[in-house]
Amino acid sequence: MADGIKDKVAILGMGCTKFGERWESGVEDLMTEAFLECLADAGIEKKEIQAAWLGTCYSSLHAGKSGIPLGTALKLGYIPVSRVENFCGTATEAFKGACYAVAAGVYDIVLALGVEKLKDTGYGGLPMAGAFGYIEFLRGANSTAPGLFAQLATAYSSKHRIEMDMIKDAISHISAKSHANGALNPKAHLQKVVSEEMIKKAPMIAYPLGLFDCCGVSDGAAAAIVTTPEIARSLKRNQDIVKVKSIQASVSSGEEAWFSNWDGTGFVTTRKASARAYEEAGITDPRHELNMMEVHDCFSITEFVTMEDLHISKKGCAYEDVMNGFFDLDGKIPCQVDGGLKCFGHPVGASGLRMIYAMYEQLLDRVPEIRKIRNARLGLTHNLGGFPHANICALTIIGKD
Amino acid sequence: MTGICSYGGYVPRYRLNRKEIFEQVGWVNQATIGYTRGEKAVCNFDEDSITMAVAAGIDSLAGFDRTRIKGLFFASTSMPYKERLNAGIVKEALGISDQVRAADFSGSIKAGTTALLSALGDVESKYLDNVMVCASDCRLGKPSSPQEMICGDAAAAFVVGRDDVIAEFEGSFSTTYDFVDHYRGDASLYDRQWEERWVRDLGIDLMISETISGLLKKYNIRACDFTKVVYPCIYPGVRKKLNSALGISPKADQDNLQAEIGETGAAHPLVMLASVLDQSKPGDRILLAGFGSGCDALCFRVTENIRNLSHRKGITGFLKEKAELDNYTKYLAWRGILPVDTGMRSEEDEPTRWSVLWRKRKEITGLWGNRCKRCGTAQYPQQRICVNPECQAADEMEDYLFSDKTGRIASFTGDMLAPSLNPPAVYGQVEFDGGGKYLFDFTDCNLETIKTGMPVFMSFRRKYRDEKRKISGYFWKAVPRIEEE
Repeated sequence: MADGIKDKVAILGMGCTKFGERWESGVEDLMTEAFLECLADAGIEKKEIQAAWLGTCYSSLHAGKSGIPLGTALKLGYIPVSRVENFCGTATEAFKGACYAVAAGVYDIVLALGVEKLKDTGYGGLPMAGAFGYIEFLRGANSTAPGLFAQLATAYSSKHRIEMDMIKDAISHISAKSHANGALNPKAHLQKVVSEEMIKKAPMIAYPLGLFDCCGVSDGAAAAIVTTPEIARSLKRNQDIVKVKSIQASVSSGEEAWFSNWDGTGFVTTRKASARAYEEAGITDPRHELNMMEVHDCFSITEFVTMEDLHISKKGCAYEDVMNGFFDLDGKIPCQVDGGLKCFGHPVGASGLRMIYAMYEQLLDRVPEIRKIRNARLGLTHNLGGFPHANICALTIIGKD
Repeated sequence: MTGICSYGGYVPRYRLNRKEIFEQVGWVNQATIGYTRGEKAVCNFDEDSITMAVAAGIDSLAGFDRTRIKGLFFASTSMPYKERLNAGIVKEALGISDQVRAADFSGSIKAGTTALLSALGDVESKYLDNVMVCASDCRLGKPSSPQEMICGDAAAAFVVGRDDVIAEFEGSFSTTYDFVDHYRGDASLYDRQWEERWVRDLGIDLMISETISGLLKKYNIRACDFTKVVYPCIYPGVRKKLNSALGISPKADQDNLQAEIGETGAAHPLVMLASVLDQSKPGDRILLAGFGSGCDALCFRVTENIRNLSHRKGITGFLKEKAELDNYTKYLAWRGILPVDTGMRSEEDEPTRWSVLWRKRKEITGLWGNRCKRCGTAQYPQQRICVNPECQAADEMEDYLFSDKTGRIASFTGDMLAPSLNPPAVYGQVEFDGGGKYLFDFTDCNLETIKTGMPVFMSFRRKYRDEKRKISGYFWKAVPRIEEE
């Protein structure tokens, strides 16, 4: 009987580049930068890595297809490299592949690396063409990500009878919080404190989302080397071991887009995947057991509704938690402790591993005092790829004993 | 008895005041001040003669079973495709049977009456049972030209048959001359016109009068026998002269809608006829003439059946649902006259993959979804496995039409990032009355006036314009029913 991933895999080392508009760096530079930090942190030699998983999404813009770009850039010595893609859950998918390989006992030491080089398009936002197949060109709405996520707000307002002005207050608080957190992080893409007032006054991108309700489109890479807890303990005798407690995912089943049982106020996939993740990790009360989170805040409204879908806030009650500072850096469950997608940045194929990196450095007490979360033992990461009506959700929970 | 069994109209939502045109571009040609009375109906950026023909066709299907249609004739001088049957696109969009005869009628603004005559002939001779005639035009006048002032956009549709006829066809008379009052060459965008005095005196005055007189003589009737006489002619002086010469009373002279719509080319006589039928009573006799490279004249007698006709919007209804387009440059950009930069996001090249469109023609062009025979769930797009999680039956679907269903807005947004000629791009989730849900572009609306729960109906629109290959692609959009709020 399968019993999940809990405590079967440990993170031996991690690396993450500075995220941002890396005009000077190509995809191979970003991969190398994340990998070298990761390898040094793991304290092993490159030849000890037995297999690798590469995650990258918009690869036609930069690396191209397959595992070849990783093998050749890092000179991985003919080991197997799998390339995976699952929209914004891409890096978590790479991490999952690596962890499953270790948990299955196939390999001892495995690399997962996620990378994206987005700032070579010449325009803002993510490229749309081809992402949903040719049929969308024929019958899909003339939509963009901000416009599709923005509809969570109109649907939520209508369902829970919360005025759009109140929703704007809450999502402005969410973005201001992420800017405050990002400002403390030298690796973040956006490092400027922004007031809620400024956020509300910014130009509209897709009603009710303004410029500051949208995350940065960034270049970057992040990596993890995973192994068994036994090997980790033998190699790192004097430090805490960060173990994987859960990796879960969920993919839309067509109902949200085409059936009438979805109200458009949140993510069915996140509700399902998070419930499974808590069960796998042995968490019965996430609101009181989780210490910190990195969630998919592609837009401020996404973070807002995700707090309910993760079973942290009750349905229709995210407003109170957000406005009461429950998710602020000094709140009960700090969220986006490194700035989130909003400010740390969102190189799509790297984001999942970047989030795990943020949890990992908190668990190992490697962050400066000013952004340290006290007594952090369990952290959750959450990706949401696609659109509210058709998406993939990927989650991890990592922790130390 | 052969004649018109049903009819419909369509006038695009936007109206451009002619004074606005003159204010912006009248400096080039001061003489156009003589045309500044009233407003003209103009297509939205996502409309063309095909989409308007479909809209009028839908209006004409009110109370008429679409499976009875056996022929489809489309008349226009502004057809989007030179090669690819435009009537074929209209046929798919109207969801009518594959076993129909379809044809395009073009080349002259008389094409509308000629198509109607062909339909009447086919039905009378029992070659075909019910033929739909759609006429639609959106002709371009060059900025500052009289035609820019004169031409408007609209469409009309008629179902011609032998059962439940509302206007019996009584006869016709036609003339043909290679008379060139205006023309467009192989590659020209704009209509060109010869001297107006010549158009008036030789063209309209002589040819319409010859043809109408010919009809009256052929059937031994008098102009004063007609309740309404319908013929296109924008010159009030010529109308007056012609009416008095032919014996048409001012009461019988049907208004040419120049102040409300403008001259709509091949559609115009039929648009005028549709607006007459909105007011007709049993026993009314109608004379209809179409003019262009000659003239067609037809006469009809309205029957008792007109009292039983289902409700439709008609030209009269569409005239009431208007919004002012108070921006001349927006009009120029919408019609492709003024090239504007919609950003690099809009420049990604995507050729139309015809084999995909063929496979999906019913789903894309016709807005056919399906309904599960086991659980009854209506769904769009067409599914193999039922979307209802409680059912999930495989391959137990029947076709289900969504184009004629109304729905409600479940969520929406206005998107400034999506490239659009009418930003913000407004779109959202539509839940259909009777089941089914899909994310649609919204059109003929602005962000400020819509809200969740608002009713919508579906409208066939231009989905994309491929500038590299100079073609358009079509799909359906949701139109919020602002008037009904």
